Amino acid sequence: MNRTVLRLLKRLGFYALIAVVLFYAIFPFYYAVVTSLKPSSELFRVDFWPSSFDLVNYARILGEKSFVRAILNSILVSFSVVFIALLLGLTASYALGRVRFRGRTSVLLIILGVSMFPQVAVLSGLFEVIRVLDLYNNPAGLVLSYTIFTLPFTVWVLTTFMRQLPQELEEAAIMDGATPWITITRVFLPLMWPAMATTGLLAFIAAWNEFLFALTFTLTDDQRTVPVAIALISGGSQHELPWGPIMAASVTVTVPLVVLVMIFQRRIVSGLTAGAVKG
Amino acid sequence: MGRLTLTGIGKDYDGVEVSRDIDLTIEDGEFVVFVGPSGCGKSTLLRMIAGLEEISRGEMCLDGERLNETPPQERDIGMVFQSYALYPHMTVAENMAFGLKLAHADKTEIKQRVDTAARTLQLSPLLDRRPKALSGGQRQRVAIGRTLVKQPRVFLLDEPLSNLDASLRVEMRVQLAELHRRLGATMVYVTHDQVEAMTLADRIVLLSGGRIAQVGAPLTLYHFPESLEVAAFIGSPRINTLPVTVIDPGRRRTGVQLPNGEPLPVAVDGSHLTTGETATLGIRAEDFVAPDAADALLKGRLGVAERLGYETLAHIEVNGADGTITQRLDRLAHLEPRQATTLGLSGEQCHLFDAEGRACPRQVTLPGVAA
Repeated sequence: MNRTVLRLLKRLGFYALIAVVLFYAIFPFYYAVVTSLKPSSELFRVDFWPSSFDLVNYARILGEKSFVRAILNSILVSFSVVFIALLLGLTASYALGRVRFRGRTSVLLIILGVSMFPQVAVLSGLFEVIRVLDLYNNPAGLVLSYTIFTLPFTVWVLTTFMRQLPQELEEAAIMDGATPWITITRVFLPLMWPAMATTGLLAFIAAWNEFLFALTFTLTDDQRTVPVAIALISGGSQHELPWGPIMAASVTVTVPLVVLVMIFQRRIVSGLTAGAVKG
Repeated sequence: MGRLTLTGIGKDYDGVEVSRDIDLTIEDGEFVVFVGPSGCGKSTLLRMIAGLEEISRGEMCLDGERLNETPPQERDIGMVFQSYALYPHMTVAENMAFGLKLAHADKTEIKQRVDTAARTLQLSPLLDRRPKALSGGQRQRVAIGRTLVKQPRVFLLDEPLSNLDASLRVEMRVQLAELHRRLGATMVYVTHDQVEAMTLADRIVLLSGGRIAQVGAPLTLYHFPESLEVAAFIGSPRINTLPVTVIDPGRRRTGVQLPNGEPLPVAVDGSHLTTGETATLGIRAEDFVAPDAADALLKGRLGVAERLGYETLAHIEVNGADGTITQRLDRLAHLEPRQATTLGLSGEQCHLFDAEGRACPRQVTLPGVAA
């Protein structure tokens, strides 16, 4: 009897904890969705349930050319960053994870060290670099600067993963006459999909949400990315913050991330190497 | 053709010599087994032949052509890995075809070769499966098939059966012997299992401490080991050893004194030994004779008896000797616990090793076994 009660209480506590975590994680976004669906007249009435379904805010931001343009810029920049980071990360991880050379550990530590600099610390230096390369107010400048910050962790994760792949698999490929490039692309890459999907997704999110560089390295509306564009959405007067459109814009740009996670979560399952070695 | 010649091969790892003075010729079509305890350098030697390890010293030739600097894929040597190392994302057919595809072989040619290999290895129904849907034995066959399609001059097999369970191992062993007979290809096989070595090899290369301890036909290594090390490694149960004292060194017969004081004339050339020197007498479990036909007797008591079904191994505690002496008996031999036992020794059946472990050449002839 006592034991049954205890078990019930434990289970109750467990689900209560889950509820708290879920609420903590989801409520801000939920409230943003609810707010974005309200007309501006009802904006400052606190409603916990969707009271109206008004798409006027969405119509307004999507009707704005600069916002649509910002979305396109964000897509371009984020996908470029992911592609470059994965390409460089994969090849670097082969070298760092598979090839024995002097100073390998130092290289890995330096890479890790680079990722620890706060963004602001490199901002002015990076600005000079971008000016010299003539990439100011150009999405390519953002791709360059984001790649600098995503590459270290991409390299680290992929190197760790690469090291776990069995040595004999590579040797079998060598015996089959594969060059390192063929080994990477035709043997390792298919096995590294889970790691690639995970790191790629994280790189994408980082690039998609980045604000400081995007603000600093762009000047005109048609070169901006989404986070900056949202921050610069302004109302009719300087005393009005247009919460409705801001929330609508936020929801609009969050949806692609959610969709991407949904698509790739199936990929983010390891155990793909099962059957490679032993029984 | 596939005649492999190794001359003075050696290997250093960070200044440590792991392999040295390997001189060996493997004839075309021969099945040679490298065997030895773990860490004896057998896998290193195999990997040097494959080209996965650099050869530090010496020269390796295949059909007279020097291969030391040739990259693995151009050596015309195929290797089967211990863990199979199949590509998990490819089907069986793709696994086998991968090497040929990379070599830009003709498509119909690839298909034909894969089909032939699959038929040879009874893999035809499995061609569209992935490795994870295969059993251990099937994976092993795919690993062999992947090498087979390349039709290399030399096959290297690195402990290919060690991941299989015991019954499957026996089955695969027979299949491998059969495959070798059919292909007539040169095969080099690494194992630490002396049973695999004995059953598969045309010649065994027994390695120890990075060098060759003895090369020869399995029965030669069994009956005429050149050192105590070889005698101890080949044969199960392990050869019995007794410390003895040399009392009468001779060319045809060498007299020794057993721990219990009994003299035994051993049929070996011990002419380089001196009287009073200590030596080691070796005798295999099945080489004891009936007491009335024996040259000397050992008395003891039965310790543990292992009934293996097809034979009985009696471990006998002999007076004056450390440890036990193993005697191979009939499968239904009648034994009482702790019964008194007399072991009969025959000088014809014994081995004698000097203090350095070198064998004194046996002065007996066995039909069909080269000394």
